[in-house]
Amino acid sequence: MSSRLVNWFHFSSPATFYPLAGRLVPIFAVIAVILIAVGLYLSFFVAPTDYKQGEGYRIIFVHVPAAWMSMFIYLVMAFWAALGLIFNTRLSMMMAQALAPTGALFTFLALWTGAFWGKPMWGAWWVWDARLTSELILFFLYMGYIALQGAIDDTRRADRAGAILLLVGVVNIPIIYFSVKWWNTLHQGASVSLRGDVSMATTMLVTMLIMALGFWAYSIAVALKRVRCIILERERDAGWVGKLPEIRA
Amino acid sequence: MNWSEFWHMGGYALYVWASFGVTALLMIAEPLLVGGRCRNVRRRIARLRRLQQEENP
Amino acid sequence: MKARHKRLAYLAVGLAVLAAAAVLVFQALGNNMSYFFSPTEVVEGKAPRDHVIRIGGLVKPGTLQRGQELTATFVVTDNAHDVTVRYTGILPDLFAEGQGAIAQGRLNADGVFIADEVLAKHDENYMPPEVAEALEKGHQQGKAQMSGDQP
Repeated sequence: MSSRLVNWFHFSSPATFYPLAGRLVPIFAVIAVILIAVGLYLSFFVAPTDYKQGEGYRIIFVHVPAAWMSMFIYLVMAFWAALGLIFNTRLSMMMAQALAPTGALFTFLALWTGAFWGKPMWGAWWVWDARLTSELILFFLYMGYIALQGAIDDTRRADRAGAILLLVGVVNIPIIYFSVKWWNTLHQGASVSLRGDVSMATTMLVTMLIMALGFWAYSIAVALKRVRCIILERERDAGWVGKLPEIRA
Repeated sequence: MNWSEFWHMGGYALYVWASFGVTALLMIAEPLLVGGRCRNVRRRIARLRRLQQEENP
Repeated sequence: MKARHKRLAYLAVGLAVLAAAAVLVFQALGNNMSYFFSPTEVVEGKAPRDHVIRIGGLVKPGTLQRGQELTATFVVTDNAHDVTVRYTGILPDLFAEGQGAIAQGRLNADGVFIADEVLAKHDENYMPPEVAEALEKGHQQGKAQMSGDQP
């Protein structure tokens, strides 16, 4: 138990995490490419036409995974921010910073694909119902975090300020998730609930889950790659950086 | 199913392809941008180190 | 008390206060966060009469009438109360009898809702047409059996 704990702190040092992340990036990248390729094939050639929305419903295969990732990444960032605030660990703050652009990207994609799904089916690109509005607020939270982090020159202060914004914003996540239950919204309810109730055909569900796993692996690969850049930027004066083969060459 | 029918997407071509297209575009662009950022950082640090070594050998 | 524990305590208290504030705000907002009123709320006078509002519910089967120049009349119901809606314009693809719809506009003096925008609301069920057909058939058979049992 205690040796495990020591191990975790061992990896919380940027010098040991940098090469570990370097080894993990290609693994997750390959997993992501395979899963997304399979997911795309299933999306267009295997999943059946919907009885009501015809071929138009296929947008769900990017919309729902993107929306899930937009919320999930935020929770993971808030987790790292909390760890960083409590234990004063530099690496967890870097992890939060590395995830932010990817989270913002998926939030944007959820909104974008949602607009292109809403127009033909509902008849509107955008409405100010609780689900759409809270997802837009999530996008602003990501942008606010990135801007706040970037605006403060002192890294430690920037990390602290960003972490507090992240933790305050966590309240928005359950609001997004339960908005369709708590209030009348134009957005429909969840097709896959936390309790495991599913209201879609099995092939459609499997396709969506495979795409979601692909997006998940993609996020890990990109975030680890980005955290490597951030580690280098922040630790450029450390001795171990100078010994790296890619720096000496 | 033939290809023209496939691209037509039952009349939802604009919406389906705009969704999948932009998603693909951004998810290809992001890793490339991150890769570029890493390359820049490495180059900058390598140059800095060289300069330091030249100053005090 | 270590510094780490102190920070943890600060964080826990801060988040608890935040959560409490959020709960209070949403309690206070209540129904104002909702996107539309149900026909029951409209009939019971809970929806403001002199404002532009949205009403939502199912389009009652058999009530959709298409008049001249894209004018359509239909009844929106929540199975308790009905509101008649008149709309001129193009209806969305998914708009159909028995489906969900949301209309934006205001009530006129006759209690008819004059809409300037109609949106279709769909549910979270996705399935291939064959399955939907089979379900529908099963449903009808079930109904037939029910009425057979109780003549």
